[in-house]
Amino acid sequence: MSDTVIPYMVKPHPITGLPNGKLGIWLFLASEVMLFGALFSSYVLLRAGAPHWPPIEPGEAAKLSSELLNVPLATFNTAVLITSSITMVMAWASLQLKSLPKFRIYMGATIALALVFLVVKYFEYAHKFEVGHFPSHDNFYGIYFTMTGLHGLHIVGGIVVNTYLLTAGSKLWNTDPEHFANRVENAGLYWHFVDLVWIFLFPALYLL
Amino acid sequence: MSTQTTTHGNGNGHGAAGAHGAHADHGHGAHELPFWRKYIFSVDHKVIGVQYAVSALVFLFFGFTLMMLMRWQLAYPGQPLPFFGRFFSDAVMPGGVMQPEFYNQLGAMHGTIMVFLGVVPLAVGGFGNYVMPLQIGAPDMAFPRLNMASYWVFLPGGLLMLSSFVMPGGAAQSGWTSYPPLSDIATVGQTVWLLAMVLLITSSLLGSINFIVTIIQMRAPGLTFWRLPVFVHAQFVTAFLLLLAFPPLEAASVLQLMDRLAHTSFFLPSGLVVSGELLSKSGYAGGGSPLLWQHLFWFLAHPEVYVLVLPAMGIIAEVIANNTRKPIWGYRLLVSSIIFLGFMSFVVWAHHMFMTGMGTAMSTFFQTTTMIISIPSVIILTCLLMSLYGAAIRFTTPMLFALAFLPMFAIGGLTGLPLGLTASDIYLHDTFYVIGHFHYVVAPGTIFALFAGIYYWYPKVTGRQMNSKLGKVHFWGSFVAINGVFMPMFFQGMAGLSRRLYDPTVYAHGRGVQPLNVLISWSAWILAVFQLPFIVNFFMSLRAGAKVAENPWRSTTLEWFAPSPPPHGNFPTQPVVYREPYEYSVPGQTDDFHPQSAGKA
Repeated sequence: MSDTVIPYMVKPHPITGLPNGKLGIWLFLASEVMLFGALFSSYVLLRAGAPHWPPIEPGEAAKLSSELLNVPLATFNTAVLITSSITMVMAWASLQLKSLPKFRIYMGATIALALVFLVVKYFEYAHKFEVGHFPSHDNFYGIYFTMTGLHGLHIVGGIVVNTYLLTAGSKLWNTDPEHFANRVENAGLYWHFVDLVWIFLFPALYLL
Repeated sequence: MSTQTTTHGNGNGHGAAGAHGAHADHGHGAHELPFWRKYIFSVDHKVIGVQYAVSALVFLFFGFTLMMLMRWQLAYPGQPLPFFGRFFSDAVMPGGVMQPEFYNQLGAMHGTIMVFLGVVPLAVGGFGNYVMPLQIGAPDMAFPRLNMASYWVFLPGGLLMLSSFVMPGGAAQSGWTSYPPLSDIATVGQTVWLLAMVLLITSSLLGSINFIVTIIQMRAPGLTFWRLPVFVHAQFVTAFLLLLAFPPLEAASVLQLMDRLAHTSFFLPSGLVVSGELLSKSGYAGGGSPLLWQHLFWFLAHPEVYVLVLPAMGIIAEVIANNTRKPIWGYRLLVSSIIFLGFMSFVVWAHHMFMTGMGTAMSTFFQTTTMIISIPSVIILTCLLMSLYGAAIRFTTPMLFALAFLPMFAIGGLTGLPLGLTASDIYLHDTFYVIGHFHYVVAPGTIFALFAGIYYWYPKVTGRQMNSKLGKVHFWGSFVAINGVFMPMFFQGMAGLSRRLYDPTVYAHGRGVQPLNVLISWSAWILAVFQLPFIVNFFMSLRAGAKVAENPWRSTTLEWFAPSPPPHGNFPTQPVVYREPYEYSVPGQTDDFHPQSAGKA
């Protein structure tokens, strides 16, 4: 790339104890907290301002969120994502144990579980569309599709990064294993964050 | 002094080698990158800084042009625009007479372009990128490729924003604040505005992460927190504001995009009537809250004010210390105030919303925090003002702009107090008084500081000095004209003239202050004429400016001890810092400046 050597690319800074990338990913997650924080705040404000939640037509009986959304599928998806966080940690731990093949297995599992999550989400969305519940139906469905959709995009982003680390990116292991392990760790931090967002989304949208 | 002599030798050698170079020429021939890697998709923070600065200056000029068009309509409402009118299509200016829709587009795009495409990219993307790594003695930013990505997301975002003028129905026309419900039902230009904002926010996110990591991890040995130049502190706090305040606007943009494209009703209340028809008939469920947008928008846009102001204060501190030949008065107090200002800027946003009916309890809270945030602002200005006391001031071009900044920014700040108090805001809200207030902060305030920065660091970027005679013409002309633009607005506002009026003479109270509109418009056009010496100077000095060594201003901070222009990698040897940033006129020293990197003599 260039002959400029950037310090603390791989080794941690003696005072902060972090390499550049790890500090960067934490800052990125801070901004992500603000992004989803703003959406959760909007959700609270819209819900607090509505006479009924989920909103109802005049004369219609009150409903619960859990009756409108598919709680069993979402529970299954929660388990899938938590498992994928565990396999993500195992992938990083395998690198600490100097085993690239084990890393491949666990990283592959993480990606596969993320795909399972998306497939389940696809069936949930498809069912809503079939019965005519589009985002424009009311603000309950609006905020549901917006927040889970944005979360889904984050899942897709994670799949892209993890697939790169599993395939072309893993060549770095041969030349600079510590750097590669750092990258996997950073991808893992992001993945846990995406997992955590779902842990908040699930009760906030489906159960409360 | 050994570090200094080495850099000096390299600087001279480089000056001769770079004599053929254009302004962006940082080439030093040590390794040959193809042209497009060196100047277009470059990862060098200095090339990216120049790219940001030049794009931002072009955008600033474009945004100013939009305003000059609007000023014709305000000075001579309904009269055809002479000569220039013929260049516009009949859809927007039939017979040279500006249509109200076009006026609204110009207004919304002027604000958006000046803030998001002009001032912030110049102050942060330009100066921050170029100067900050040099001032902390770093070879580059922590993530050079991320830095490049940041610029190449910014530029398409900016071009997309401009392209909205050719959309059916024209550009966004709901003001730079894009308040719903109007913005939710506006023409397709608003969708383009939102998409462009998402790109710009992404760009600033990448940039802010890079700035923070660079400042935390890559300072030269010995460069402790209390030895950082004020400019670096200002960029550090600014980066945190960008990092944490912009995502809520991204969320708000997503919600508004959903309203516009998927017909959700996040910002559309029940029972809304548009053009005599209930909006629920066109497929909107209602039940949303227009106030929600205002909260999310101002949660960004108030910290954004400090994003506009803090880097400017940083530049002013550098220029004042250098030209008073004294340390900054109350350096630690100044820096602490900047940090406190950063924190407080997150809890004052709803003072923009006193008139929305959000309730007196909320108003009182935000009135109180707003009064508190004025304290660090006053401390900062006092420190800068006290720095002048007892100094033998060098009246260089950058110093003239810095000296003008102090009273101009003070006028902007003090006129803000009546807007921060709920009682007086009721009268002044959304009048020309508000326009006068924030333009005093941003135009003769921040933009003057940015001019000071350009004159001050130009020798570092190009190895040549800008012409000081042209600089003084630019300064004095701009200084007089810009006050002619903004001072009368206070009187118009106090007379009750509303902002965003297409024709200010429709109301009787507007007709009384209409002659002031003529004065303002002519001042604005004269202001434009006085930018010509700057543009000429900027380009002419690339070839004809006097060649200078690496430290022409006899400054103390690290950036002046890299060659001018600095090569890729910046410093020939890693600089080491031994002292605080502004050790000027130290008793017992032979020179009147004692560089940060000079060893214990």
